[in-house]
Amino acid sequence: MAENVLLVFNRNPYDGTDAMIQLSDLTRRYGNALAVDHISFDVTKGEVFGFLGPNGAGKTTTIRMLTGLSKPTEGKACIMRLDVNSDMAQIKKYIGVVPEISNLYDELSAMDNLIFMAQLYGVPRSQRKKKAEELLKIFRLYERKDSLFRTFSRGMKRALTLAAALIHNPEILFLDEPTVGLDVVAGRSVRNLISNLHRQGITIFLTTHYLEEADLLCDRVAILVKGKILAIGSPRDLKEKTGKNSLEEAFMKITGLEPEVLAIEKGK
Amino acid sequence: MKKENKMWRDNIRGIFYIALKDIKTYYLKPPAISWGIVFPITWILAFYLRNPGDFKELVPGLTAMTVLFSTTAAEAVVINFELRLGSLERLFLAPISTSAVLLGKVLGGVIFGFLMTTVATTGSVIVLGLQPNVLYLILIIVPSLFVFSSLGALLCVMVKEVFEAQTLLNLPRFLMIFLSGVVYPVSKMPVALQYVAYALPLSHTVEGLRLSFSAGPGKTIYLYTLILSGFFILFIFPAVKLLNKKFE
Repeated sequence: MAENVLLVFNRNPYDGTDAMIQLSDLTRRYGNALAVDHISFDVTKGEVFGFLGPNGAGKTTTIRMLTGLSKPTEGKACIMRLDVNSDMAQIKKYIGVVPEISNLYDELSAMDNLIFMAQLYGVPRSQRKKKAEELLKIFRLYERKDSLFRTFSRGMKRALTLAAALIHNPEILFLDEPTVGLDVVAGRSVRNLISNLHRQGITIFLTTHYLEEADLLCDRVAILVKGKILAIGSPRDLKEKTGKNSLEEAFMKITGLEPEVLAIEKGK
Repeated sequence: MKKENKMWRDNIRGIFYIALKDIKTYYLKPPAISWGIVFPITWILAFYLRNPGDFKELVPGLTAMTVLFSTTAAEAVVINFELRLGSLERLFLAPISTSAVLLGKVLGGVIFGFLMTTVATTGSVIVLGLQPNVLYLILIIVPSLFVFSSLGALLCVMVKEVFEAQTLLNLPRFLMIFLSGVVYPVSKMPVALQYVAYALPLSHTVEGLRLSFSAGPGKTIYLYTLILSGFFILFIFPAVKLLNKKFE
């Protein structure tokens, strides 16, 4: 574990075996700015791992490095024991990614979007339509299968983007702010879908700044501030060790944001 | 070795499906069709009305312009628009290389250009009773389609916005119309301009097409094919490099 991690509570039920994601001193610089600063941790099979932090903490940069959209400046990261620097083409077959923006094709229907993704990922021709229909049913979009993506609500777009990430049966799912911008009902629906995927044994790497969501969904969380991991452990451990009742309060204490919040509240 | 073979298969599959998707989503739409075929036809008709007797002379130029405008008709949209929306990034998440993504984009332009050029050329041949050498036509048109589609891709990855890409694309397009012998033969230009003309790929397309329509010597055709292939390599490699850089 990197020296800059302040609190480590590794009561991880999956701990020690079958690491699906391994980061060792992973670093990303943009010029002189350090976006991700020597972070190290493992995520094990079947785990929902939450990556928490305020805006600009380095969460998305980390996901981009793990999914091949950006290259690490230093350090090492492995997905299913394959190196992100040299084996990315192979890694991409095992991972599904839901980026922060629902970025499917506006001019394609829900069905065509999923079929296109199946084609790109090499899903056999005989299974493409069946798999797409199955996902559309699971995500309750089947009735709108022929509607263009651009006609969908934000929640439906999010659900279809999640479905697209699952078209090739990935072993690991990267979710970057999966519920951001969604209303209460759509957000809840996406959270339920994530819980179902967890029950199916998919390893989930999730970034969010909704701490209640992380508390509800994650087996373990890492708190990232200014590119550094300040704490890592289960939500329960973090709450216990900080003596707080909610993950949000624990987060405030760990990140040192608590006095600022109190000052704002007093000002009111 | 087996792993590399598998990757090649993945890349070829990716190129093919990206091209198909782009054709369906962007190219077979009225703006691309009008820019790709109506614009060159209108341009040439203007010359025809001015001097109807020389129209046969203009057919290679008409064909070359159709190649140029049809391949680059939607390039700014397929690259810059997708880059802006984030959907280009979606392709980079798939198990294919950056080269495959860009070649898929280029191939979309090539297939659309091929369809449009076939329509324009067949129309000219039937109406004017021309008898071109079909093999020569293919040897010139196919590499030209790749050259102009990759030139469009290169210019598009150099900028961020759709309007910047369209503006940048217009510069070589219009420069080539005037300097590449489309309406005025390169051989009649001042010597200095002739050097400029031969540095432009469209000049070789026009010259090659002239030979194809007049059934000129075959060896020269192969030379033009070779030169055009060289232009393709010259454009595609920096385009892939620049695209890679955008995602580093």
